[in-house]
Amino acid sequence: MSTVLSELQLDALTEMVNIGVNRAAAGLREMVGEQVHLSVPKVSLVTRDNAISTLAKAEAAHLVGIHQVFEGDVTGRALLIFPDTKSLELVRAVTGGELPLEEIIELEHEALAEIGNIILNGCLATMANMLQRNLKMSLPEILRGEPEIFFNLDPPPEAGEVVMFLYINFAIRQRDITGYIAMLMDMPSLAALQVLLDEFIERST
Amino acid sequence: MGYRVLVVDDSKLARMAVAKALTAIHPDWTRVEAANADEALAFAKSDSFDMAILDFNMPGRDGLQLATEMLALRPGVPLAVISANHQVEVVTRAREVGATFLQKPVTEKALRDFAADAVQRLSAR
Repeated sequence: MSTVLSELQLDALTEMVNIGVNRAAAGLREMVGEQVHLSVPKVSLVTRDNAISTLAKAEAAHLVGIHQVFEGDVTGRALLIFPDTKSLELVRAVTGGELPLEEIIELEHEALAEIGNIILNGCLATMANMLQRNLKMSLPEILRGEPEIFFNLDPPPEAGEVVMFLYINFAIRQRDITGYIAMLMDMPSLAALQVLLDEFIERST
Repeated sequence: MGYRVLVVDDSKLARMAVAKALTAIHPDWTRVEAANADEALAFAKSDSFDMAILDFNMPGRDGLQLATEMLALRPGVPLAVISANHQVEVVTRAREVGATFLQKPVTEKALRDFAADAVQRLSAR
């Protein structure tokens, strides 16, 4: 699947997502009041089924995801996904260690939406700026469940939909949490993205 | 006189972008590239260069760790560390190890300022 994009196109995507999450890290730092490390190793392009089975194999059955729709020359969904068991840990890392458990549970939903929003917007806005296009983004929505539900959201995906799939590592307050970022696009959007990536590569080299 | 700049970034595209900007600023300077910290250090041990531009975000050792090791090998060599992560801790650490922090994506102006500063330091030696 990764062969759909050239090495340089994938490199450009990885670079943009890294710039995006690093900006997001700087944004999260404001919220956390302490240094935040976010890193994204290589980006890969996989099928929906592939993304589902990767998540099913690597993680517990229950996941929590923050979901935003983006629309523009490229249209699709962006998801930040964690194992459900890590969700409170992430919220605790972001809010600081002092809050009692009840309060953390109370804050969970809101904090996840905020973290997701900062990270997904960081990626999408950086991509949009670097590709010189405008992307409209919906508000974040929290989803919970098995891996399948994240890749079968309404409206139903077109056949042959592709997923840009990447790991994201968080290191906040001595905690290391690994999650995933997935961007789902249909084939016309992927083709549009390729054109934009080529234009970007042309401009920068 | 033309200087030799070592560009270290795991992204080929990012190296190409830095190369383009450097060529625009100083067409007479030469460039060598490395894709990670190990390659860069191996190069620093065996070859010469006048200044280096290091990516912060690299698999293995990050750009700041690399900067520290590079300065141990080549005390006083002008270094820039580039990152989109402009958190105060990262910027401060860059300053502490003796590197210039440049925000990513790197602008021609930022590179020009770094290069001018480096030239001044090199000619003061």
